[in-house]
Amino acid sequence: MSKMESENIYYEGRIKVPYKWYVGETGSRFFIALRDKKEIWGIRCPRCRKVYVPPVKNCWECFIPTKEWVRLKDTGTLESFTVVHYPNEVIPKKPPVVYGLIKIDGADGSLLHFVGDIDISELKTGMRVRAVFADERAGNILDIKHFAPIP
Amino acid sequence: MGKRTAIVGFGQTYQRSSRKDVNGVELINEAVIAALADAELTIKDIDAVVIGNMDHFEGINYVDMWSVEGSGGVMKPIMKVTTGGTTGTTVAMCAYYHVASGMFDKVLAIGWEKNSESDTTGAIITAFDPIWERPNIGGAIAGLAVEASKYMDNYGITERDGARVAVRERLHALNNPYAHLHQEWMKGMEADKIVDLLVTSEQNQMLAYPLRMSDMCPRTDGAAAVIFASEDIAEKIAPIPAWVISTANRHNYVYLGDINWDANDTLEAASRKVFEKAGVKEPLKEIDICEIYLPYSYAGLKWMESIGFCGPGQGPRLVWDGVTDMDGELPVNPSGGVMSSNPIGATALLRVGEAAWQIMGKAGPRQVKKDVNLALATGFGGCNWADVMLLGKKRPS
Amino acid sequence: MEKIAIVGVGQTTYEKSKEDTFAEIVFEAATLALSDAGGDIGDIDNVVTVSNDFWDGRTISSMAVMDAAGSWDKDISTVEGDGIFGALYGMMRSLSGSFNTTLVVAHVKGSEGKMNLITNAMFDPIYQRGLGIDATSSAALQARCYMEASGAIEEDFALVSVKNHRNAINNPYSQLPMEITVEDVMKSKKIAEPLKLLDCSPISDGAAAIILTNESGLKRFKKDPVWIRGVGHCSDSYTLGYRDLANPRALKDAAYKAYKMAGIKDPMKELDAVELYDAYSYMEPLWYEGLGLAPEGKGPDLIKSGATNMNSDLPVNPSGGVISAHPVMVAGLARLIEAVLQIRSEADKRQVKGAKTALAHGINGPCGQAHGVFIVGI
Repeated sequence: MSKMESENIYYEGRIKVPYKWYVGETGSRFFIALRDKKEIWGIRCPRCRKVYVPPVKNCWECFIPTKEWVRLKDTGTLESFTVVHYPNEVIPKKPPVVYGLIKIDGADGSLLHFVGDIDISELKTGMRVRAVFADERAGNILDIKHFAPIP
Repeated sequence: MGKRTAIVGFGQTYQRSSRKDVNGVELINEAVIAALADAELTIKDIDAVVIGNMDHFEGINYVDMWSVEGSGGVMKPIMKVTTGGTTGTTVAMCAYYHVASGMFDKVLAIGWEKNSESDTTGAIITAFDPIWERPNIGGAIAGLAVEASKYMDNYGITERDGARVAVRERLHALNNPYAHLHQEWMKGMEADKIVDLLVTSEQNQMLAYPLRMSDMCPRTDGAAAVIFASEDIAEKIAPIPAWVISTANRHNYVYLGDINWDANDTLEAASRKVFEKAGVKEPLKEIDICEIYLPYSYAGLKWMESIGFCGPGQGPRLVWDGVTDMDGELPVNPSGGVMSSNPIGATALLRVGEAAWQIMGKAGPRQVKKDVNLALATGFGGCNWADVMLLGKKRPS
Repeated sequence: MEKIAIVGVGQTTYEKSKEDTFAEIVFEAATLALSDAGGDIGDIDNVVTVSNDFWDGRTISSMAVMDAAGSWDKDISTVEGDGIFGALYGMMRSLSGSFNTTLVVAHVKGSEGKMNLITNAMFDPIYQRGLGIDATSSAALQARCYMEASGAIEEDFALVSVKNHRNAINNPYSQLPMEITVEDVMKSKKIAEPLKLLDCSPISDGAAAIILTNESGLKRFKKDPVWIRGVGHCSDSYTLGYRDLANPRALKDAAYKAYKMAGIKDPMKELDAVELYDAYSYMEPLWYEGLGLAPEGKGPDLIKSGATNMNSDLPVNPSGGVISAHPVMVAGLARLIEAVLQIRSEADKRQVKGAKTALAHGINGPCGQAHGVFIVGI
């Protein structure tokens, strides 16, 4: 029997399924305030008093519904950051891109977002930052353009 | 030897076409809270969590991780299992094995879906082999239509026979406040008359012969949660727990093209195994109610034969004789079944939860009017994945 | 509780790109495990496969490996998560009374997808995904949190990369055996600061399988058993920003349970080898703390002390670890296989002399949200 020819054939594909994710009533209130008033709101657990931002419908430690909305400032502290040097299809910016965990004043945890208007060499944890809102706001997390250092 | 295991709680959201008011995590939370309330437990009582859905139906990778804050899994052991349409029963079986292993006493099983947010058919197409079958197979309906027409040809089955199953499911759903489809217009009408309407109405669109719109399951947003507990505490939690008597599954096909269209042989093999382990010899006589995963009407004929409730080609007689109606010898799908609510990742878990509630006597307006000692639940999924679980009132020996 | 043994292990080599299909590598790993055990597929009562639909680019990814995993006419289920969780489920099934023997097989072909896009999809679509965050950029945030909490510097993390890539030289299955220096790591390309190229694992192709049995099923196989002495698993919360990334409390919980079951009081003394999930260099000292090998904030001191090097007190990742080969979904199962090989004294050049008790660790979710721990021994 003669030897069969061989070559590594591959088949290219892409899973492209459209999605829309409903934010829910709780998250929608957060985004409406952000979009229409440039305000950041958190929500407080009635038992442990923890303030969540983005808001949650239930406290995941106490496992009870949250109710009390809390208006937060647009300032906070940079808890951690990274400078990303690679581009890809899902990062809406060109590298270097700075991600930060920003503990907004009055919240009990941090918000994941971009840090901008900054010389990368000046980045340090603990630095004070303020939200810079996008000029065109659509009711999503990019209504905050990024957080910038407070001079 | 493993621990005997029982279902002690079941909860679900109302099954609806679209839940715009909540996101996925919040939807899951509703079902979990409902199940905990049903068992009169708190999340602190839960030792481990099992969850499942299909990644591309929601566009979320690692759903178990993403949903942990709603599912109650924070600082608990959590595991994701997923097998397609069967996911709900696969989750139930996984929770069962968690408890039966002796490693956990109280385990929460969760299934969920927000069908309204994605193109489910687009996602289902990606279940097929990208090289050999994806370019030429069109989602779930086509395969089911092939099965139905083959079955019709084999046994002289008519479109009226298929429609009769659809009518049963929709009439039963009228008793279930949680069901997605409530076809109020059918209320009080003779089954026969509704069948005539369904097979002649031009409004009842033909999707892929012989399947009309009324032969198919809907797309639903919803979640379900079931709590499993060990023999040590099940009776302390629930006055009448629903014991897992036996469970088995089979999945023998990779390619749709390989499926034996003459018989649902994976469901047949899994059922045989379950009955063998439980000592059930005459399923029709011994089993009191069924919650069978019937994604479309003709399955309610052919798959009854596969499970062993009747011989080949005899499914229609069983259904026309009223045996599977609410007041029949073997009520099938008192909940209205998959054809009335289909939140895919939760669908098969709903079968388990509904079957358990029939045993526990908690099914309210859809509770069958007879003593329920044995209840059967099944799941069906991609390339004839078949899960079967038999529940009983009597604690297994 | 009844005891469960691991009687067969099999793994493919881990490579940047394999030509074989998913099913072919699953078949390779499964048959290797069967022959290692001295049994055949007829000795297997049920099967657990491990795969992920995003990584496989396929809905119901497990549907594609039914025949390759030998599950025809058997009970089968699928865990979507790291392979260590597949092993946990396999163990439960062998304990349940329904089955004696379980084959667990995990696979991935990282080369066929795009890591950044796939791991971006594990972040919340509403609040986080739109920012483009992925496994590496989120890990970088965790690395920085850990540096703040422990005082670690980048050079400390580099030591992990140096140690583990060197260990990989002794492991024919590993993808990146390398003799490198701290300076090499520090000078390597910046990826997501503070992480550099040599702080990051590669993305690999490969499959791994194990065979579990209860005592009744043991006689079917020729291989001497390695016993599972303890297990534990636990998940922390999800939202980045609300989880203390520098305190792996879920790992502490999982390890505590596993140690308690195994009767281990001082893991640093009682363990002979550890295989942990170092997807990024900083994870190793952080997981030391989670595993109780170092006190809080002292993980960096342990790596600096050299105590976790080969031929030292407690060799960690003799195989070269995940940083040297990272088949996602498989890597935790590969850790367990390596632990088993250590106990059997079959680890060839990477053997830790006289190893009697070994720990294997796997993770799930962003920044090690969930952890699974196995203790195995004679």
